Amino acid sequence: MSALLSAGLGLKPAHYANALACAAGGLWFEVHPENYMVTGGPRLRWLEAVRTVHPVSLHGVSLSLAGAAPPDAAHLRRFAALVRRIEPALVSEHLAWSAFGGRQFPDLLPFPRSHEALHRIAANIDLAQVALGRRIAIENPSHYLHIDGHDWDEIDFLSELVRRTGCGLLLDVNNVHVSARNLGFDATSWLKRIPGAAVMEIHLAGHTSDPQFGDALLIDSHDAPVAPEVWALYRRLIARIGPRPTLIERDGNLPAFDTLLAESFIAAGELRWAADAAEASP
Amino acid sequence: MSLHRFQADFASALFDADAPGRLAAQPAFAVYRNTVMKGCIDALQANFPSVARLVGTEWFRAAAALHVAAAPPRDGRMLRYGDDFADFLAGFEPARQLPWLPAVARLDRCWTEAHVAADALAADTAWLAGLTPEALGEVRLAPHPAARWHWCADAPVYSIWQRNRTGVALDEDLDWYGEGALLTRPGDTVLWRAADLADCAFLDACAAGEALGAAAAAAWAARGDADLSALLAGLLNAGALTTATEPTAPS
Repeated sequence: MSALLSAGLGLKPAHYANALACAAGGLWFEVHPENYMVTGGPRLRWLEAVRTVHPVSLHGVSLSLAGAAPPDAAHLRRFAALVRRIEPALVSEHLAWSAFGGRQFPDLLPFPRSHEALHRIAANIDLAQVALGRRIAIENPSHYLHIDGHDWDEIDFLSELVRRTGCGLLLDVNNVHVSARNLGFDATSWLKRIPGAAVMEIHLAGHTSDPQFGDALLIDSHDAPVAPEVWALYRRLIARIGPRPTLIERDGNLPAFDTLLAESFIAAGELRWAADAAEASP
Repeated sequence: MSLHRFQADFASALFDADAPGRLAAQPAFAVYRNTVMKGCIDALQANFPSVARLVGTEWFRAAAALHVAAAPPRDGRMLRYGDDFADFLAGFEPARQLPWLPAVARLDRCWTEAHVAADALAADTAWLAGLTPEALGEVRLAPHPAARWHWCADAPVYSIWQRNRTGVALDEDLDWYGEGALLTRPGDTVLWRAADLADCAFLDACAAGEALGAAAAAAWAARGDADLSALLAGLLNAGALTTATEPTAPS
């Protein structure tokens, strides 16, 4: 893992001043680049100020890599300009689509993992990596639906994208837990099959139960602390693959900065432990 | 099924509760419907905070849902969503009792546009004072890229909007006459002040590339008793003008 990046936090505008003032070693921040694709004004200055104190990661949500069409060229140009300006430590996007026919759907939408999808998505990732001048990490989204037409198992699909494009993986452990519960597979076995060398970053977040279906349908809501089951999966994962930059995501029910910082310290502690364990074993 | 076909069916099912097919029939499909709709409505509520406060969250979100269905976002930057929202409110039957609401929405839009507009140095009186009288009439002062202005002939929209933004109650001492607003962002913070017809006419002329002399004539045409030196000093102090003559392309 990068010598600099330990546990990080999603950065919200309400916490800019705290982020600037915080001196915690190894701390880093992640933002959605879409919120900083502006012509001028204070947002870019805020981000640049945080960037002078802490490493920053750009985590895109609207490139729509898992669509039949290539990513929007203008959006990709704006993304590339922000990458040049901020020089982020990490750049990532999702294995999902969010644009179709000129319309935007602010969500991470699923698709059948067909041979055609693999071919198109690999081409889209190639385009993105060339435009951004970077290796990017691709995140596994949460699943809610049983979809017909999968030619590929999810891990084989991710591994094949890594092999074809040289991209890395952003492994969202909460998404694995949520998907396993919703679709009925075993999260521990799933995580054991992930090619560890490709994992550039890990995400942890909270989830909630669907108000109607309860625990039979978990929602990747990012509005609660990381659940104990997810911490347990995370601990086993980094024990196997070694420490990786780990982000605590929180978008709703935003607590005080110090509360989030404390949650990141738990991850930092786990990472320290995994690093020591890796050093101790030959 | 091709990926394109899958996306087309999925996209139309997101806004059609009776969509056919095995996929949309799964109860969990509602998670996607809800997330997409919530993401769009949240963006409108964040982008039009004064409208939302004035009409209440419940009313706002119900109206926003109708707008989302009719005019979904077309840009991944949700900060930009809502270009047509003021027009939608102007034609929205339940909003007829609130004829000033579309203008409040326009001022909310002006705030966002000012917030993210290009940075530029604002022209000041010292710069202008350095020009010869001959040069003064010919100089072209462009509106600062972050300057936005809007005139509303029917309602004191600036008073309604700025009281809402600053948390001052809308009491009965509101004089019911037309008002305009000027929003500027000479530094990091969006500033606002009232603007009259002459201010707006002057800025319109500057935006059209007119020289100072012609912009002054436009201001007088709009308001015969306009005090041009006070008008110009006021706009310069607000940071509404720049000496840059190149138009700034929108991003």
